[in-house]
Amino acid sequence: MPTTLENWNPGKAENRHPDVTFVEKERLFLEVKNDLRYSDFLYGCYECGICVATCPSARFYDFSPRVIAQSMAREDIERVYDIISEDIWNCAQCFSCLRCPRGNNPGGLVTLLREVAVKNGLQETKDVLQGYSRVIYKVMLKGNQVSPDMLQPDFFPDWGPWVGEFSANMPVWRKAIPVDTLRGVTDAAWKTNRKTLLELYTIWFETGNMDIIKEIDEGLYDLLADVMQEELEEG
Amino acid sequence: MSDLTTVEQILERKSHAVIRDAEIAPTHDIREALFELEAKGEIIVQRVPENHVEVTTKYGRTKKIPIDHTWHHKSCGQCGHIPGYTSSIFWLHRQFNLDYLDPTDQTSCTGWNYYASATSNAAAQAAVMSRNFAAAYETGYFPMIHCGTSYGHYKEIREQLVHHKELRDEVRRILDKMGKPLVIPEELVHYSEWVHIMRKKFAEKQTVDMSMIRATVHPACHYYKIVAEDAIYDPEIYGGQRTATVTATLEALGINVADYSTWFDCCGFGFRHVLVQRDFTRSFAVLRKIETMKNEANPDLTVTHDTGCVTTLDKSQFAAKAHDRKVGIPVLSDAQVAALAMGAHPFRVVQFHWHSTDWRPFLDKLGINWQKYWDEFQGDLDAIRAGTKSGITWEDADKPVVYA
Repeated sequence: MPTTLENWNPGKAENRHPDVTFVEKERLFLEVKNDLRYSDFLYGCYECGICVATCPSARFYDFSPRVIAQSMAREDIERVYDIISEDIWNCAQCFSCLRCPRGNNPGGLVTLLREVAVKNGLQETKDVLQGYSRVIYKVMLKGNQVSPDMLQPDFFPDWGPWVGEFSANMPVWRKAIPVDTLRGVTDAAWKTNRKTLLELYTIWFETGNMDIIKEIDEGLYDLLADVMQEELEEG
Repeated sequence: MSDLTTVEQILERKSHAVIRDAEIAPTHDIREALFELEAKGEIIVQRVPENHVEVTTKYGRTKKIPIDHTWHHKSCGQCGHIPGYTSSIFWLHRQFNLDYLDPTDQTSCTGWNYYASATSNAAAQAAVMSRNFAAAYETGYFPMIHCGTSYGHYKEIREQLVHHKELRDEVRRILDKMGKPLVIPEELVHYSEWVHIMRKKFAEKQTVDMSMIRATVHPACHYYKIVAEDAIYDPEIYGGQRTATVTATLEALGINVADYSTWFDCCGFGFRHVLVQRDFTRSFAVLRKIETMKNEANPDLTVTHDTGCVTTLDKSQFAAKAHDRKVGIPVLSDAQVAALAMGAHPFRVVQFHWHSTDWRPFLDKLGINWQKYWDEFQGDLDAIRAGTKSGITWEDADKPVVYA
């Protein structure tokens, strides 16, 4: 096809996901672009590569914060779809890329892309987060990301024999901590009072966070909603 | 004559300590914006208690760090998996009889999950932060944040709340349902900043000589990379080119801080990766951090100031041994090191037994007979198992150990 003003598309990506319509890809891009934080995270790109040089994920994966910033700035809908469906979960979210001399926040853009991927229940995202449900369950219900009872040797075999030793001694070791809010607590990181947990559940429902969970994992949503609603009704 | 900067000029400039001028800071002072919002009746700004110390941050501004009357925003990763981190922070407060609150009306920031899975949104994250700050405000105590990620995440959210009225309105609507006001503290304070301002006081009470120890420092990404201008910098530490927290503390305790080339790299935590994709975490932690430290500095210890960094650098070393990698550097937080220097019990307070990488050679080098204190701790555990003791309390842990 001869290049004309109409089809001239310098540097933009080929359609690598023909199963998804351009309209749908554009809709997802606009959802990211319309986030109130978008204009705080992207100012343009010098293509200097500082973000790539500092990026841990770029060393171990086919991943580039520079490509993300550029693709978003160029509004390269096809490339952005490649990124949202393939790349975003490689980011370590360390924010080393904030060293950008232009003031961009590629890590922040990844956060926005991830949010849109989750909210729209993209299959690749569901696959990536499949093993992660129990963590979401814990943080939303207990207000803590991790707890002592998550330290099981079958889950952390690479952390050494310590995990098995801890697991076997967990109730006693947890009682041997002088901090009042930690002592003896095994199913959360610390003691949180009930009123505080009810307030947390209120936040999850009021902000639409529960709808997000429903989109990504309906079974998990049912589990969480049952417990939280019952608690809120009683509280 | 060319206007171009020569290499010699750059090297000459870098040979001097960086003295920053707040008047020409490249970013706005967020505190001014907070006070403007307060004047309009939109938010309450919780003031730093009178008993505080002023420090200098990256662009030369001053930041107030409270000494006491603090509400401790604990870290779920520390409390859940490295409890000696938390107990050391509190133990240090108790050694100086400082007034603090260890609240039960605190949730985690939920930022670890957000950075791992994005199964949340801006309003929810801002509401979680604001609920915690409102809880602190209700007590009159000032928030001190233990986790580097909570600290970094909250700094980002503070920016968002200041710049986006619709977000403030949404958060206020949710807080109204709880009868809570929208409060933002005058300063966001990380515990390692408190450790930093207290370091000379710690040195005055130091009973364990640490001058034979060589340590490397891993500065935590979410402490000094997110909203970079809020981190402490000091021309006397790294010429003002890197954050001064942790390094200044170790130097005050007489430890030799050794440098290594990948100091800017993250630890490899990755939030999601450390839980469900640890091949990345292990590889990065070992190949880019631990082995580089070993090859370039061969330290007795590496010290950091965040939850994820201690976890990642410590736990990643075991599997690497199977591949004959150069590993074996114990990992501690600055608070644990300071507590140990002042005679904190290695197991009742510092809780070494929660760490994976062998810490015994480090204690041996300090001349601490760890076996004696481990046996003593085993006695505590036996009493707990037998039901004659409900648990270890501050009464058991407060008194510093006098090492022979």
